[in-house]
Amino acid sequence: MNYRVLYFASLRDRAGMDAEQINSLATDARGLYHELRARHGFTLGEERLRVAINGAFAPWGQTLHEGDEVVFIPPVSGG
Amino acid sequence: MPKFELSEREIDAQALARGLAHARAGACATFEGWVRDHNEGRAVLRLDYQAYAPLAQSEGERIVEEAREKFAIVEARCVHRAGTLAIGDLAVWVGVSAAHRGAAFEACRYIIDEVKKRVPIWKNEHYADGESGWLHPDNTPVEPGQR
Repeated sequence: MNYRVLYFASLRDRAGMDAEQINSLATDARGLYHELRARHGFTLGEERLRVAINGAFAPWGQTLHEGDEVVFIPPVSGG
Repeated sequence: MPKFELSEREIDAQALARGLAHARAGACATFEGWVRDHNEGRAVLRLDYQAYAPLAQSEGERIVEEAREKFAIVEARCVHRAGTLAIGDLAVWVGVSAAHRGAAFEACRYIIDEVKKRVPIWKNEHYADGESGWLHPDNTPVEPGQR
């Protein structure tokens, strides 16, 4: 299926891009992150990230659908 | 008017504070976060904020709404900067009005603490030695219940 992935902060720097369209066999965010982690060499483990699907926080195991926007949220540092 | 705002422009704290005024309000507490020239022992020249805007907006609104439910307040607003900031710039502003000072202080504290914990905004510090780095300050796992 096709997903749109957005990157922020250190993940953006590591991936070298703001966003990408991904064709993947992964059916949830966990599987998708494993695939992207291997591809881009992300060092942040899943336990330090949160997931957002289509603009809302979501569980790692939530089933993804065609065209979903997926964002992996590193620990935040606003304020 | 949104209760939480991400702003690319300078924050007008005085105008925001005036917006909290109400006949029922006898107290106003505000918090200002400023860009300082050092962090963890390193000299900082400037910083950039990056945000996942749609989620930052909705999560920020949720936090202000939570403060309204938890504390007896009249009005509350929070504005956070995005983009590049210089030393001394106002990075985040929180203001709360209430009938009494206790609720105003507590709600103000709640909002800034939760914003720092939950809103998807990241700080990139540019150091005097030429290095820079995104801060991901939480070295502990995120709460298991949120995964």
